[in-house]
Amino acid sequence: MTPPRSSSSDIAAVPGTADVLLEIRGVAKRFGPRDVLKSISLDIAAGEFLTLLGESGSGKTTLLRLIAGFEQPSSGEIWMSGERLDILPPYKRRVNTVFQNYALFPHLSVQENVSYGLQVSGAPKAEIPSRVAEALRMVKMREYAAARPAKLSGGQQQRVALARALVNRPKLLLLDEPLSALDANLRKQMQSELKSLQRELGITFLFVTHDQDEAMALSDRIALLKDGALEQVASPREIYDHPATSYTAQFIGQTNLLHAEVKNGLTRWGSLQWTAGHADGPALFSLRPEAIHLIPDGAVSPDAVRFRATIRQQIFSGASEQLELEFAGQLLRARVRTQALLNGEQDFWFSPSDAIPVRE
Amino acid sequence: MYSRTYKSLVSLPPILWVGLFLLLPYALMFAHSFWMVRDGILVHQWNLQNYAKLFQNPVYVQVLLRTMRIAAGVTLLSLLLGYPLAYFMSFHAGVRKELLYQLVIVPLWISYLVRGYAWKTILGSEGVLNGFLQYLHVTREPVSFFLYSPFAVVLMLTHIYTPFVFLPLYASLEHIPRNLVEASHDLGAGSRATFLRVILPLSLPGLLAGATFAFVLTLGDFLAPLLVGGPSSIMIANIVQSLFGTAYDWPLGAAISVCILLVTISLLFLTERLEKRWAFR
Repeated sequence: MTPPRSSSSDIAAVPGTADVLLEIRGVAKRFGPRDVLKSISLDIAAGEFLTLLGESGSGKTTLLRLIAGFEQPSSGEIWMSGERLDILPPYKRRVNTVFQNYALFPHLSVQENVSYGLQVSGAPKAEIPSRVAEALRMVKMREYAAARPAKLSGGQQQRVALARALVNRPKLLLLDEPLSALDANLRKQMQSELKSLQRELGITFLFVTHDQDEAMALSDRIALLKDGALEQVASPREIYDHPATSYTAQFIGQTNLLHAEVKNGLTRWGSLQWTAGHADGPALFSLRPEAIHLIPDGAVSPDAVRFRATIRQQIFSGASEQLELEFAGQLLRARVRTQALLNGEQDFWFSPSDAIPVRE
Repeated sequence: MYSRTYKSLVSLPPILWVGLFLLLPYALMFAHSFWMVRDGILVHQWNLQNYAKLFQNPVYVQVLLRTMRIAAGVTLLSLLLGYPLAYFMSFHAGVRKELLYQLVIVPLWISYLVRGYAWKTILGSEGVLNGFLQYLHVTREPVSFFLYSPFAVVLMLTHIYTPFVFLPLYASLEHIPRNLVEASHDLGAGSRATFLRVILPLSLPGLLAGATFAFVLTLGDFLAPLLVGGPSSIMIANIVQSLFGTAYDWPLGAAISVCILLVTISLLFLTERLEKRWAFR
């Protein structure tokens, strides 16, 4: 349903090319005088893993709560499979949520927690035990069926919360920063389990996080939110390689923002210049640290822009070295492979095609 | 960390307080219940006749049973009043929460006696209720059974103890994480199922604490029967009071007190066990 992330043209699950499961049409949310969401429109394809990424206060959790039905939109509509969703109470939506701090019922055992949804929605009684067992097996929690949530670790509670949501076979699973309370190792492990679970079940996941690495690792597409508006919606690779705005470029990965001037197809940035297909006038470019290379290393491309910069700092980070360079009074970040300890002045180059024009 | 002298200086006042005002009186009461009165004089002679009297004379057992019935009634009524109030305030009162909370608390600042007398003036034959009923021509003559009946005692004590039931209930409802309610709705449960399966079970510790308050406080009450109860609703504490007062039979009074104490302690023990079982976190 979604193309593999490694392909270069993977603008995954563009509306119209796949079955649209959820349509968000001009949804806005105001809390008193605050515009938390400003007219969001977004289509989510069936089977897609879409991540709402943003800083705290960007409105990502509010959007999730609107879809779950815990809040009402101030304007706009939400549709799911041809049915208007935003007018239904939460308990009538075929949407389930994995809450940030799990929200497991403390007075019920793991098994009772997982069977809750089936019981209240009147699933056939004979079916319940096998479905619960199956859901617990999926998250590898069968041996804890009789335990109370308080006896479980954070990661285990997380698994139960996942099973409790998935057992209802929702069309859409909402995940509200589900991994934020876990430590780094467990988090990585849960990420890969989540991803394979989603592939296996084919359920559409709408995942909320503020962690860009997590978003990059898991998603078919990322919807980046800023101050209640969508900044960019694209596949992780697309959003990294071609950030639309300076905010996107800075939020997803590290970057150098170059304030340049374009005149007659020639870009001038300080004493440097290169040709670029950009309209005349002031222009902003994003240049990733790994796009800056040391001169002696590797083949220099023929149209390379060369410059000489002062090394301010060198930080070893495993596979590469992070450099802080000073060039024409501006600080640049570079990531290079070198064994040498660099100091003083060095020659660098970058390819003009790596300088991506971005909006302010 | 702290010196031995410091520790003993700090712990001395509470030890003295507990010893002088709790342990000593209880010990005296316990001892008295095994002594006797002969020719109007207290005789320190160990015997069991007080307890024998207590169970031989049906009046005491009857009054104790009536007291427990009244206590059960008060508990039930104050739960019926207190639970919906606490539920509404915790889940639906919004910004008016603080104001409503103060309104529930205010009656606690008014003297028990004043509130008792207020009921007397409301329920009496010249009282507000009768006046109102006659004004509406519902009754022609004052209705006398409002006052001086177990009903009046239950009414007055319910009024007085409802805030005591409300407070722990409200606290336990406030402690229920709201995302549990959301999770329940999310999983397909409507309001009623959410209340019965999530909110009610999680508020049981508060409900139990409130019920215990109402029951135990009513068990020891002697003013309500004096003010509004009349002879038909004498409670066990009235008997204790008269035995220690006019009847001058401290040993028998002490024996009854020991019995009430045992009832209360076993009740508290039971509720604590239940509360532990229902405390999920």
